[in-house]
Amino acid sequence: MKHIYLDNAATTPMAPAVIDAMTAQMQADFGNASSTHWFGRQAHTVLDLARTTLAASINAKPEQIVITSGATEANNTAIMQTAHARASLGKHIITTAIEHLSVLKPLAALEQEGFRVTYLPVNDAGEISLADFDAALDDDTILVTMMMGNNEVGSVMPIQAVGERLRKHQAWFHTDATQAYGLLAIDVAALGVDLLSVSAHKLNGPKGVGFLYRGDAVTIAPLLRGGEQETKRRAGTENIPAIAGFAAAVDLVTPAEKAARQAKYFGFKQQIIDALTAANVEFAVNGTVKPGNLNHVFNLWLPGCSTYAVQTNLDLAGFAVSGGSACTAGSLEPSHVLTAMYGADSPRVSESIRVSFGATTTSADIAAFASALIKIVTKLRKH
Amino acid sequence: MVMVLDHSNTRVVVGMSGGVDSSVTALLLKQQGYDVVGVFMKNWDDTDENGVCTATTDYADVAKVASKIGIPYYSINFEKEYWDRVFQYFLTEYKAGRTPNPDVMCNKEIKFKAFLDYAEELDADYIAMGHYAQVTTDANGVVHMLRGADGNKDQTYFLSQLSQAQLQKSLFPIGHLQKPEVRRIAEEAGLATAHKKDSTGICFIGERNFKQFLSTYLPAQPGKMMTLDGEEKGTHDGLMYYTIGQRSGLGIGGNSENSEPWFVIGKDIDKNILYVGQGFNNPALMATHLDASGLSWTTGAPVGSEFHVTAKFRYRQPDVGVTVRMTGTDTATVEFDEPVRAITPGQAVVFYNGAECLGGGTIDHAYAQTRELQYV
Repeated sequence: MKHIYLDNAATTPMAPAVIDAMTAQMQADFGNASSTHWFGRQAHTVLDLARTTLAASINAKPEQIVITSGATEANNTAIMQTAHARASLGKHIITTAIEHLSVLKPLAALEQEGFRVTYLPVNDAGEISLADFDAALDDDTILVTMMMGNNEVGSVMPIQAVGERLRKHQAWFHTDATQAYGLLAIDVAALGVDLLSVSAHKLNGPKGVGFLYRGDAVTIAPLLRGGEQETKRRAGTENIPAIAGFAAAVDLVTPAEKAARQAKYFGFKQQIIDALTAANVEFAVNGTVKPGNLNHVFNLWLPGCSTYAVQTNLDLAGFAVSGGSACTAGSLEPSHVLTAMYGADSPRVSESIRVSFGATTTSADIAAFASALIKIVTKLRKH
Repeated sequence: MVMVLDHSNTRVVVGMSGGVDSSVTALLLKQQGYDVVGVFMKNWDDTDENGVCTATTDYADVAKVASKIGIPYYSINFEKEYWDRVFQYFLTEYKAGRTPNPDVMCNKEIKFKAFLDYAEELDADYIAMGHYAQVTTDANGVVHMLRGADGNKDQTYFLSQLSQAQLQKSLFPIGHLQKPEVRRIAEEAGLATAHKKDSTGICFIGERNFKQFLSTYLPAQPGKMMTLDGEEKGTHDGLMYYTIGQRSGLGIGGNSENSEPWFVIGKDIDKNILYVGQGFNNPALMATHLDASGLSWTTGAPVGSEFHVTAKFRYRQPDVGVTVRMTGTDTATVEFDEPVRAITPGQAVVFYNGAECLGGGTIDHAYAQTRELQYV
C-alpha cells in the first residue's frame, strides 16, 4: 500500500539537500567545535557558516542566534529564564490560550511559582483581539509570549502590532515561530520581538535542532549549564551534522519559495473543499481559510464522524493525518485550541482532523486523499 | 491436497488489552492470514496526580506486541460509554443492596457493543479479544457458544448475555487452548506479554482496596449486625460492603455450644440491617429456587417454556442441575435439583446444555421452598 504523508505540521521528511549536507558533515569532520586544534576549527567553521545563514533568515546578527535542541528547549529557555531574570520587575506574563504545550507547560510551572499569567482568548477563527491584549498589559507585565502562527488551525497572531505596543514597555516579547518560520518572511527588527523560537524539522531539516533568537537587550541565564558553548548561553557540545542540515534546510526556503508554498498550500485547501462540496459531504473548516494564514495547516470538522474513526480509517487506507495529541495510553486529548475556539462542549472537539501539507505534497496526493476521505465519511455516516 | 482458506480479505479488529491472552489472539489470527488490526480500549480514567494512568504500561505492551506481530495498532476511548452503561449500573445495584457483575455488563455493553460498533466503522468482519470461550456454527448458520477448553479459565459465564448477532461477529481464537499453552505460544513468538501477570479483580478497581474504592462513590451507612432471631451481634460498615455467604468478620464463637464461624446470611436494605448466622451451610443460606430477569439467549431464544439444564450462579462454581420455567419473555423461575448455597441477587445465573452456554439472566430473588430469603 502506498502511504501518503499529510501530517507535515508534526514533522517533515528531510530534504535531499539536507541529507547530503549532513552526510558530508558526518563523513568529513567530526571535531568538537570548542577544540583549539585543526579538527575543532573545521567543525567551528561549519558552525559559523550555519549561524550566519540562520541569522540572515530572520534579519538578525549571528551572535543573536543560540542554537538549541529544538523549539521546546528554545521556548522553555525564553519563558523560564526571562521570568526568573525579571521577577523583580514584575510577576505578570501575557500569552494566548492556543499556544503549544512547550509554552503552556512552562507557564503553568511559573504560575506554581507565583507568577500571574493572562491567557488571551481567541475567537472562532483562532485569533486574539488587540483590545484584549491592551486590557491585559499592565506595569507588572514582564513578558509577552505569543505564537506567530498556530499549529492546529493555522491562524496567525498580530505579532507586529503587539511588537509596536511593547516598544516602550518593559515587557520582553517572545514569539514561538515554529510553524510560521518555513512559510512567512520574518524580520525580527521590524516585528519588534526580543526572543523567537524555531525548529529545523518543521521545514525538512533534521529533528533535534532549532534556535532561539535573543535580541541584544535580553540578558538571561542559560537553561542548560556546563561548557561555554554558544558563548556561554547554552552548554553542550554542538551537534554539527544537524546544524549543517538545519542551515541547508533554511537555504531552501528563500522568500520566493515561502510565498510559492503558501500559494500552493492555499490551493490544496481549496482543492479539498471543492472535492468535499462536489461530493455533497457535510463539513466545516475549523478556523478560517484565507491567504494570510499558515496555509499548510487545514483543520476539518466532519460532523457525526469521530476523530478516532476518521483518522484510523485514513491510516488503514494509507493516509497519515493528525487526530490531535494522544496521551500515554494512546487516547486523544481534547484539543485545547479547538476548545478555546468553540468551547469544550462543541462536537468539533471530538469530530475533527488536521491535515497538513509539506514541500513534497502533490496535487495528486490531495486528490487521492479527498476521495478516500469522502468514501470514509460517507461510510461512517451510513453506519 | 491441503485446502488453505484465504483470510487476507477478512478483517478482524482485535481488542488488545496489553495482556497475554489478547496478544496471542492477535498473533494466531495474523498467522491464519487474517487482516488484523489491533485496538486498545481505554475505559476508565485513573490518571493520578502525576498524570500517570495504569493504561500507560498496558498500551506500551500493546505497541510492543503489535509491532512484533506486524499489525497496525490504535487506541479508542470508551470512558464515557463505560461510565454511563457499566459504572452507573454498578453503583445502582450496590445502592439497592445487590451485588452487581460489571464484567458481564462490560462484555454486553462495551466489548461486544461499543467496541463492535467501532470495529465495524473500521470495516471489521469480526472482532476478537482473547476470551476463553469457543464458538461453532451449525448447519442452519446459528452460532453456538461453548465453554473454553481450559475449565479453569472458561469465561462463558461473563459472556452469557451475548446475543446471536454479537456472536456472529466474534472469533475466539484461544478458546480451544489451555492457559499454559497460550503462554508458551507467546513465549515462542517472543511477545513482550508472555510472562505478564494476569489482571485480577474488577477492571476499574484493579488491585486497589475495594471498600475504599466504593466508599469514594457511595456514602457508607453503618448499621446493626443481627441474627435472624433479632439478637444484636455488632455493627456493620455499610451493607454494600458485604456479599451473601461471605465470612462476616465476627470473631469465632459467640456462645459455648456453637463455635462455628459467622457468615453474612441476609440484608434488610430498608432497615439497614445485616443478618449474620453461624455455619458455612447455615440453613438461611441454602436456596431451592430463584427468580431471574433480563434473560438473554445466545442462540436467540430459550429452548422451551420449561426445560432441564445445568446452571452456574457465580464464576468458577460447578454446574448444578436446574429446571427453568419461563414466566415471561425474559423472566423465569429456576428450581435447583439440590439446595444451593449463597444465591446472590444481582449476580448472573447462566445456563448450560453440556458444553454449550445457552445464555442467562440476573438473579432477583432467592427462595427456600416458599420462603423468600432475606437477601435484600
